[in-house]
Amino acid sequence: MSVDINMSVTGNSPEALNVQQKLSSALGLLGIFIMTLSGFNIHFQPKIVWVSLSLIMVLAGIFWYSKVSYAHKTEGIKNDRIYFKSLTNRGFWAYILGLALTGFYIVLYFYPNWIGLSSEGENTGVVALFDPLSKAISGNAASQWFVYGTLYTLAIVGFGVKFLWKYRHNRYQRLRTFSVMFFQLGFAFLIPELMSRLNGDNFSLPYYNFINIWPLNHYNFEQYRVDQFVNAGTVGIGLLIFGVLSILIITPILTYKYGKRWYCSWVCGCGGLAETAGDPFRHLSDKSQSSWKLERWLVHTVLVFVVIMTTAVVYSYLNTDKYWLSGTAFLISVASLLTIVFTWTMVYKRQELQNDAKYAAIGFFVVILSLLGLHFSGLIDKIFLFEAETLRATYGFAIGAIFSGVVGVGFYPIFGNRVWCRFGCPMAAILGFQQRLFSKFRITTNGGQCISCGNCTTYCEMGIDVRAYAQKGENIVRSSCVGCGICASVCPRGVLKLENDTPAGRINSNEILLGNDVDLMDLVNQNK
Amino acid sequence: MGQEHIVIIGNGISGVTAARHIRKQSQKRITLISSESEHFFSRTALMYVYMGHMKWNHLKPYEDGFWKKNRIDIKQAHVSAVDHKNKELQLESGEAFPYDKLVIACGSKSNKFGWPGQDSKGVLGLYSKQDLESLEDHAPNKEVCKRAVIVGGGLIGIELAEMLATRNIPVTLLVRESHFWNNVLPSEEAKLIDRHIREHHIDLRLETNLEEIIADDTGRVKAIKIKETGEVLECNFVGLTPGVSPNIDFLKSSDIELNRGVLVNRKLETSVEDIYAIGDCAEQRQPIGNRPSIEAVWYTGRMMGETLAQTLCGNPREYKPGQWFNSAKFFDIEYQTYGWVFSQAKEGHTDFYWEHTDGKKCIHIQYEIESRIFKGINTFGIRLRHEVFDRWLTENATVDEVIKNLKSANFDPEFFKSYEKEIQNKFQHTLKTTSL
Repeated sequence: MSVDINMSVTGNSPEALNVQQKLSSALGLLGIFIMTLSGFNIHFQPKIVWVSLSLIMVLAGIFWYSKVSYAHKTEGIKNDRIYFKSLTNRGFWAYILGLALTGFYIVLYFYPNWIGLSSEGENTGVVALFDPLSKAISGNAASQWFVYGTLYTLAIVGFGVKFLWKYRHNRYQRLRTFSVMFFQLGFAFLIPELMSRLNGDNFSLPYYNFINIWPLNHYNFEQYRVDQFVNAGTVGIGLLIFGVLSILIITPILTYKYGKRWYCSWVCGCGGLAETAGDPFRHLSDKSQSSWKLERWLVHTVLVFVVIMTTAVVYSYLNTDKYWLSGTAFLISVASLLTIVFTWTMVYKRQELQNDAKYAAIGFFVVILSLLGLHFSGLIDKIFLFEAETLRATYGFAIGAIFSGVVGVGFYPIFGNRVWCRFGCPMAAILGFQQRLFSKFRITTNGGQCISCGNCTTYCEMGIDVRAYAQKGENIVRSSCVGCGICASVCPRGVLKLENDTPAGRINSNEILLGNDVDLMDLVNQNK
Repeated sequence: MGQEHIVIIGNGISGVTAARHIRKQSQKRITLISSESEHFFSRTALMYVYMGHMKWNHLKPYEDGFWKKNRIDIKQAHVSAVDHKNKELQLESGEAFPYDKLVIACGSKSNKFGWPGQDSKGVLGLYSKQDLESLEDHAPNKEVCKRAVIVGGGLIGIELAEMLATRNIPVTLLVRESHFWNNVLPSEEAKLIDRHIREHHIDLRLETNLEEIIADDTGRVKAIKIKETGEVLECNFVGLTPGVSPNIDFLKSSDIELNRGVLVNRKLETSVEDIYAIGDCAEQRQPIGNRPSIEAVWYTGRMMGETLAQTLCGNPREYKPGQWFNSAKFFDIEYQTYGWVFSQAKEGHTDFYWEHTDGKKCIHIQYEIESRIFKGINTFGIRLRHEVFDRWLTENATVDEVIKNLKSANFDPEFFKSYEKEIQNKFQHTLKTTSL
C-alpha cells in the first residue's frame, strides 16, 4: 500500500543534522581526510605530529558528536528518528558508507601497497604516516595491519564512548561496553604490540592476541606459528597450550556459566566493533524465518570448513615426524573428539534438535569420518580430497578476508552490524552450540506483560524474533543470541531479563500467559 | 458436512488470539474481518512508527505468510450491520457474508465529548492505523505544526505528547485532574510523572479543561479555548485523548443487547445465540471484582480471546481473569502494577510509599490495616517479576512478607543498583512511627 511506503520512510522530512553535529562530523572526517591525503603521498612532516593530530581529530569528532546528540537529553532509550535518517535507514549515505568501508577492506587485504606498504625499503603513504606510532609501541615499522589495528581500536574506543553516553542509564550496557573497550585496547592492540618488543635474534613469538581464539583466529595453529611457539621455550609452549585450552576447556566453562555473551559481546574484537561502531545499524538485521534458516546452514558449514581445513593443515606438517605428536595420532584425536561430541549430542540432546539440524549433523559427521577412514585405508591420498594448502588459502580468502572483513564490516549500513557473527563466525557457531545445549544462560520473560510491540525484535542485531517468544511467555534460548541485552533495554514494559540460572526448566514453553486463571492455563498447556 | 465457519470482526489482539487458539484445537473455518489493516499489528506500538523507532512492518507480530499457513482467512471489509436472523453480515460493499458463529472483537473508538469544533480538520485521537496516517499529515514537523494541544491526561495523551516531542513540536497537555492520571494514580506517583512530563518541555496544564476548538475558514483547527481562563491557544493540531469507548455503532440496528458496550455474560456470550463479544468492546453485565465492566486493555483482550477459543472448541469456559496487572511507559519511566492500588486507599486499607532521591523511581503499596494483607503495588523505574506478585496476591501474602522478600521479585537487568534495603528501612521506620 502506498500509505505504508510513505509511513515507513516517514515521508518527506529526512532528518537533518544540527550545526554542532555537522561540525563534529566534519572534524572527524577531517582526521580521516588527513590520513587519506597521506595515502596520495603528500608528505606530512613531522609524521608523529600529523598521525597524532589525525587520530585525535577523529576521536574528538566522535566525542563531540556524542555529546551534542545525547548530553542534553534525559536518560533513557534514544532511538528517536532512526528510521528517518539516511545513514541508518539504508538511504544514500548508508550506501556511500558501505562502499567506503568495502573499498577500505579490499585495499587492506589485497592491495596494501596502495596505502604504502613496502616489503623492501621504507614504507610510504598511510602506512608510513603510522610508522612513528608503531615504533613507539612495538619498536617496529608499521604494517597495513598496524594501521588497521589502530583504526579498529580507535573506532571501538570512540564509538564505545558514544554508546556509553547513549545508554548511560543502563549499567549492564555500560559495563559490557567498558569491557569490549578494555579488551580491544589492551589485549587485542597494545599487549601483542608490546610483546613483539621481546623478540630478538634468538627469541621470537608470533603475534598473539589472547582474545582471538581458534577457530575465529583460523591461522593460530599453522606451522610457522607452531614452530615459533615451540622455539620460544616455556613462554611459547605456554601460549600454544593456552591456545588449545582456550577452545577446549576455558570457553566451554565460561559459556556454561554465562552463555556465549561472555565472549561475543564482552570480549571479542569483532563483537566489540559491532557493539560500538556498529550499534547505529543493529536494527537492519533480517528477522525473517528464511534468514534464520540460511544462518543455521551457513554458520555451521563455515565451522565444518574450518575444522577440516585446520585438521588438514596441522596433519600436513605433523606428518613430517618432526614433532612429538604424530600425524596419525592427531587425526585419531580429532576423530575421537568429534565422535564424543556427536554421540553426546545425539544421545542426550536429540529431542532439542530440529530435524534439519539432526540430518546436517549426521551428514557432516559421516562424511568427515569416512574421509578420514578412506585416508587411513590408503584409498585416498589427501585426507579431505584437497591439498591442505588449497584449503588453507581458500578459507583465508573466502572466509577470513571476504566474509569477515569486506562483507562483515563493509555491509554494516546495509545488513546490520552482525552479519559475520551471525552467518559466518565459526567461533560463534561453537559457542552457540554450547549455549543452546549446555548453558545456564537464558532470557526470561516477565509473565504476561508483553504487548507484542516489536522493539525487542527490531533492535536484535542477530535477527532473532524475540517477540515471538516473549508474547508466548517463553524463555529465549537461541544459539545465536550474543547476550547484548538490548532487547531487555528497549522493552517498554520490562518484560525481558538476561539471566544465568539452573539449566533445569530453562527451555519452557507456556502457551498461555500469566494473568488468566490457573485452570485455563493448565488446560491450554495440556492441549498443545 | 463442511466445517463450522467462525467469523471474527476485528483483527486486534482479542480477535487474533481467539483465532489462533481456535486453530490450535480445531479444523474450523476461521475468517478475520477488518477494515483497518490487512494484517494484525500491535496497536500499542503505533507510537514507535511516528517516532522513527520502527517501521510499519515491525508492528506485525506474525510474518504475512502465517495466516495462510494456519488457514485463517483474512477479509478486508467494513461491517455495516449484523443480521442474526439470517446469520450473515452486511458489508459496506453491499456483500452479505454468512457465519455460523460470530465473534465481535471490534475494539474501541476515541471519546469525543461534544466540544464545539471537535470535527475540524487536524483534530484526532490516536487509536487506529488511520489515526497515525492522519497524524503524519497534520503534524509531520514543527514547520507544519507550530503547536499541538492534547486534551486528556491518560495513557494515550502522554504517549502522544512523547511522540510529538520527538519531532520537536511544542506540546500543550491539558489535564482535567489536579495531577497527571490522578484518577488512577495516587498523588505521589502522579506528581512524579508531572515533573517528568515537564522535564521533557511539555507545557503541562493541570485542572484545565477544553472549552472549544476554533477552526479557520477551511475548517482546519487554528486554536483552542481554555474553559477556566478563557485563554486562546493557537495550534495546528489537537489530540483528543480522554479515553476510548466501544466501537459499536454498527450494531445499533441489530437485536444484540448493548449498553456502553456489547453486553456479555461470563462466558462472553451476547444476548443473541452464536454471537460472542471479546476485548475492548465487550461489557460485562456484572463487573468482576474490582475490574471495570469494560476493560480496554491489551492483556484482558488477549485473555478473553484465549477463553472464548476454549468455549468455541467445546470446552465451555467462563472468563475468569486472574490477578490484575498492567504496565505502561511514561517517556523514560517504566510503570508496572500488580493487584490494586487506588488513587485513594480504600477504607480499612493504607499506603506505603517509597521514592528514590532522584525523583524518578518509586513504589507504592496498599494493604489491609487489620490483616496486613498485601493488596497491590505500583512500581516506577524498577522492574518487578509478574510471577512472584501473582503468587503473593493469590496466597494473600502480608505486606511484611512482600517487603521482606522484595528482592526475589526484582526483574531489573543484571548489575542494576537495587533499592530493597532502602525500601525495607523506610518501611520499618514507617511502622515504628505509626505504632508510636
